[in-house]
Amino acid sequence: MTQIFEKPLYPYARSADQDAATPVRHPVVIVGAGPVGLAAALDLGQRGVPVVVLDENDKVSHGSRAICFAKRTLEIADRLGMGETLVEKGVQWNLGKVFFGDRKVYEFNLLPETGHRRPAFINLQQYHLEQDMVARLRELQAEGAPIDLRGGNRVTGVKAHDDHVALSIDTPEGPYALQADWLIACDGAGSPVREHLGLGFTGRVFEDNFLIADVTMQAEFPTERWFWFDPPFNPGQSALLHKQPDGVWRIDLQLGWDIDREREKEPVRVKARVRQMLGPEVTFDLEWVSIYTFQCRRMERFRHGRVVFAGDAAHQVSPFGARGANSGLQDTDNLCWKLAAVIAGDAPEALLDSYDAERVQAADENILNSTRSTDFITPKSAMSRIFRDAVLDLSERHEFARPLVNSGRLSLPATHDGSPLNTPDALPGGPARSRPGAPCPDATFETGFLLDRLGRGFTLMGLGVQAPQVPGTTPLSVADPDDELRARYLGDAPSALYLIRPDQHVAARWANATPATIATALSRATGATP
Amino acid sequence: MTRLVLSPNIDAPDNLYADLLAAHEGLSETESAALNARLILILANQIGSREVFRAALDAARRR
Repeated sequence: MTQIFEKPLYPYARSADQDAATPVRHPVVIVGAGPVGLAAALDLGQRGVPVVVLDENDKVSHGSRAICFAKRTLEIADRLGMGETLVEKGVQWNLGKVFFGDRKVYEFNLLPETGHRRPAFINLQQYHLEQDMVARLRELQAEGAPIDLRGGNRVTGVKAHDDHVALSIDTPEGPYALQADWLIACDGAGSPVREHLGLGFTGRVFEDNFLIADVTMQAEFPTERWFWFDPPFNPGQSALLHKQPDGVWRIDLQLGWDIDREREKEPVRVKARVRQMLGPEVTFDLEWVSIYTFQCRRMERFRHGRVVFAGDAAHQVSPFGARGANSGLQDTDNLCWKLAAVIAGDAPEALLDSYDAERVQAADENILNSTRSTDFITPKSAMSRIFRDAVLDLSERHEFARPLVNSGRLSLPATHDGSPLNTPDALPGGPARSRPGAPCPDATFETGFLLDRLGRGFTLMGLGVQAPQVPGTTPLSVADPDDELRARYLGDAPSALYLIRPDQHVAARWANATPATIATALSRATGATP
Repeated sequence: MTRLVLSPNIDAPDNLYADLLAAHEGLSETESAALNARLILILANQIGSREVFRAALDAARRR
């Protein structure tokens, strides 16, 4: 196994900005070149918005870290021009097994809904994702996209002004200063930008430690997700095993609160635990070991004037349910079209407040879900443990109890009900899943898929009716929608018009509408009309 | 709409009560607590409706 996280991917190189007499002003500066910062750079760069990305490091993240990427993330990656790369490399699984004590209580098959280009999720090491993102960034640069990725650039000071943000940066060749019209902070849970601005980050701390071990196995092991509650090899705690590419398996072992972290990380000790888990006949090697604790918390607001926070810098969740990196990519998906529109002068600055409203709502949903999973996996009282164990006991024989077992819920994108950008639903009988605020469900479309047909701007989709020409929208019409499209977009309605945002969320829908009505909805969806 | 029934609704109250006690006979407190938890979950599934279940929780809390 090559240690891909050892190799510099974007080494420090001197920028002309460092020799400028006065600080150079850039339209957008992104702090942090993790998955969230890189997604923002790709999105804005593809839209022709010049971006500078600063990262104190020059390598992909160390160790596998985020490893589950949900369908919505893959759809976003498709828009960024790299969905196929991820899916080809990633591992897909459908079968999950749940163990309680020394017995398997049940297994489930995800059997995902058909008619979607992308699977429910893939397992892929974060370093692969970051490496692919940097490769995509280089590709865009070669095509002339205005993206400047600067490794070895550590932000040491941030000052927010009414019309710009001033940055102090340290490099291997000494400090320099920069100015940004807009700053996107994607610098992780410990966000230095947040610290520099003295902004709060409050929430709930979970008193628990988890050991992550990436192991390579020389044995045939099924591509399944195994979750143990209270297993013999880790009594009173939980454990998780799932597969990553390159023959690497991720093992998560709950350790409890009162432990000696350094001792638990010793390879001999970790190997003994893993051997107990996999059985004596399985040969394996340790690739990476880490111990983590976690918290569920968020900033009160994600937009502070010209500084916008995204990903873990804005909100932090427990790892159960894969809502960290996945929600971070949804943040930038929500933010970038809005920021590009504001910079182009096509939308008022107030449009950015809808980023705050929508992504705070999503963060709360993610925190709620991941907190509930955590409370199930780590019962906080004697009675919650009694109920948890009762659910697991019943799940072995009774199907009804299985939906109550919570070892992490699938990360699904938020539906922005009540968003200021929505126009009230005007499609009687329309399906709830595609109501205003919802992310568009994918569907088979002609010879491909619907989401691939939605462009970089607003789409006006006509189903069973011709989409009219409305300035600022691209029409997409289907005269005779098939059953799948009907089920996902029409319900009981014979025909419909959908106004779809650049981030593929529904802004408005009607049984039918005049161009004037559609123009009003478009104006609302760009923050111009309340 | 189904509502929480708080008027007498048990066919043979004495028999049902005896069944409940009999199920706990000989169990330790831990085993009894586990049995009760399983029973509540089974009954909750029978109810199904979150609204009715919450009404039942409220009634139980009031005493």
